[in-house]
Parts: sequence; structure tokens; C-alpha cells
Amino acid sequence: MKMSLKWAALALAFSLPLSAQAHRMWMLPSATVLSGADPWVTVDAAVSNDLFYFEHFPLQLNNLSVTAPDGAAAKAENQSTGRYRSTFDVHLTQTGTYKLAVVNNGVFASYKENGKNKRWRGTAEKFAQEVPTDAQDLRVTQANSRLETFVTVGKPTDTVLKPTGVGLELAPITHPNDLFAKEEASFRMLLDGKPAAGIEVSIVPGGIRYRDQLHEVKTRTDADGKFTVTWPEPGMYWLEAETKDDKTTFDKAKERRSTYVATFEVLPE
Amino acid sequence: MRTLIPVAVTGLMVGQAQAADLSVRIEIPRLNVAEYHRPYVAVWVEGPDQKVAANLAVWYDVKLKNDEGTKWLKDMRQWWRRSGRELTMPADGISGATRPVGEHQLVFSDGKAPLGKLAEGKYELVVEAAREVGGRELLRIPFQWPPRAPEKGEARGQHELGRVALETKP
Repeated sequence: MKMSLKWAALALAFSLPLSAQAHRMWMLPSATVLSGADPWVTVDAAVSNDLFYFEHFPLQLNNLSVTAPDGAAAKAENQSTGRYRSTFDVHLTQTGTYKLAVVNNGVFASYKENGKNKRWRGTAEKFAQEVPTDAQDLRVTQANSRLETFVTVGKPTDTVLKPTGVGLELAPITHPNDLFAKEEASFRMLLDGKPAAGIEVSIVPGGIRYRDQLHEVKTRTDADGKFTVTWPEPGMYWLEAETKDDKTTFDKAKERRSTYVATFEVLPE
Repeated sequence: MRTLIPVAVTGLMVGQAQAADLSVRIEIPRLNVAEYHRPYVAVWVEGPDQKVAANLAVWYDVKLKNDEGTKWLKDMRQWWRRSGRELTMPADGISGATRPVGEHQLVFSDGKAPLGKLAEGKYELVVEAAREVGGRELLRIPFQWPPRAPEKGEARGQHELGRVALETKP
């Protein structure tokens, strides 16, 4: 049961369809702006329909990384995965901004075997072992996703905001832990370190369960990959951007799908 | 809720070289709540660019062991954003213990810490209060500096702060 659940969640994370998707993956930190001598955050992580309610699958933490303000790796402690959500704690021993990220690189394939439609999900390494060499109508897609959130102790810092240059990423212009209702914030989307122009960015406020409409804000990046958003009200927000191209790093895949997802907290004035 | 009343100059010793004063009265209201904690209060002066021109006072729980009282400083969220997150607590001449219910007077002098020397211009006195298991409130009182004549201003809080009064004297 445990194992099948794990694979189901993993599969889900790799198979989020473009736009109009049914499931959303997210991390929700207990706080994003902290003061004090010995702060901690605890984080919920899940894949769900409504934001931010854990009601579907836990997010797998295998590819979780925490980066401290000085750029070094920090520990995600007390990790636990339950039926609907995963949780972990981060002891914030430095002042400045931490990045929490889950980066997944997967491959999925659809093909026909003996006239029957088959679907396969896994890693590039497992592909050769598990997908038959004589598969017909084989379609292989590489799916890369980056899920992030940020927390800051004291004054916000920039070290962890430097892009890695791989996949779809957010390069903040406005610091992600300095967001306030009614104020404008600017960000830049980068694909492999270069401005990702003309891609759609979707922003959804949390608390979906207690309202009738999604209140989604859609915007598109400009020629420099830049977009701006004015936060309508305080709260936790979920941001997603997605793009497709043919720049795969796995030779069997013809298409690469890159997804970026982040959770931001917007404070009241 | 804000008023600024120029007060007639009476009985002042003309020609006496005296530094201008800025005096603030802050009322911490009595609240009928099951669990009461004294509020954290920050008092500062803001320029027209919303930048902090002077940090005047921060009252927080300084008695807790291991500086645990600093955990809630960020709940004074405007102060935290504008300057609090850049300070090290306790801050000399600024930070102090939380105050009980009642009126508290603070007097600051031109040229002396923590007010220092403000350039001539329009400013706002800002008082922000945040209470553990309670609410948060922020009041602003505009004033001109340096004052040409004694002036008064006041603002009234609705839930976390009572009357806040400002008096400036040349």
C-alpha cells in the first residue's frame, strides 16, 4: 500500500498536464517572515486540487533540497509522509533568505504493444530496461519541474535567488519575502538561464475551498521574460508557469516540458 | 481621526537658544480579554518617501530567556519591514520592556539620539502595536520639522492603542 501510494504520487508529479490541470503541487511553510533568536519553520507539502488543503496525495520529498542564506545545503529535519501530505522542519540557524526546492526530472512514454495502449513513467535510466525496444507509436516526453518556496529570518538576502541555469526558473526582481497587498511585484522567468519570453504565468490565491471562483490571475512574460503582478489581497499565493520545447537531454524524448511552481506569502500593509 | 492644531505661542522666552522637542504620549488601553499580554509597540518617524528617518522606541518582552521575546517582533509588520529587520536587538537607546495599561510619555530632543538631526520637511510619527493572541494597530500623525511654533497632533486607536498625542516645540 505504502509503495503503490508512493509511485502514484510520483507519477502524478510527472504527469501534470499543460494548463487546465486538475492537480496542483505545493509546499506551504508555517511562516515566511521570521524574527527571533532560534526560529524554525515547518512545511506541509502535497499534491491537491484545492489550495492549500491536503486532500489528495502527499508530495514526495526524495528530491527536496534546502539552501541556507550562505548558499550551503541545510537539513530538512523530521521528514514524514502521511496519507495526504508530507511534512518537514527547517531549523533556521542563519539570518537571511532560505530556499526550499523540490526538483523532479522524469520521463514518460506512451506506446502500443500488441495493439494495446501503454503508458510508462520513470527515469531516463530506467527507460531502456522497462520500455520494450519494439514499442510501436512510441512518444517520449521529458518532464522537468521545479517547486520552490522561500523563508527569511531578519533582512532578506539574495544568495539563494541566483538561478542554476537549468530548466524553468524564477529570477525575482522583487524579493519573494517582501510582498505586500496592493503593491506591484516583478519577476523574470528563465529557461536554461535565458529569459523565457511569452510564457503564461498563472497565480491563484489560497483558500479556494471557501469561495465559488478560482480568482486566478493570468499573465504572460514579456520579451525579457519579465512579468508583474499586483497582489489583490494578503494571503498565500500559488504561482505556476509551464513551457514546452524540443531541448531534451534524453535522446529518446522528442519533447521537453518544463514547469515552475512556487508558493508566496503576501502580507497586509 | 488626525488633527494638527497650531498652538498660540505664549510665554515662550524669545531668543533663547533651545533644541526643538518632540514629545509623544501613548495610551495603552485596558482590554477586557481572557488572556492579556502587554502589546509590543514600535515608535518611529517616517519621511515622505516612507523611509524611516528615526527609530524612537521599541517595547518588547525583554525578560524572556534566550531572547525568546524577539520571536514576535515581526508582528509589528510595518516596522519590521521598514527598519526592524535590519536592527540587532536589544537596540541601544531604543528598545525597552513592554509597558502596562495607562499613558506613557516619551520626550525626544533635536540633535540627540535617538531622534538625531532631521532635515527640514514633512514627517509622520508612526506608532504600531501588536499584541500576543490579540490584534495589531498602526497610527500616523503628520508633523512639520523643525516646528516654527508649538504644535499638537493626535490620533485615536480602535482596539490595540488608545489616544496617541504628539507635541512639537521649537
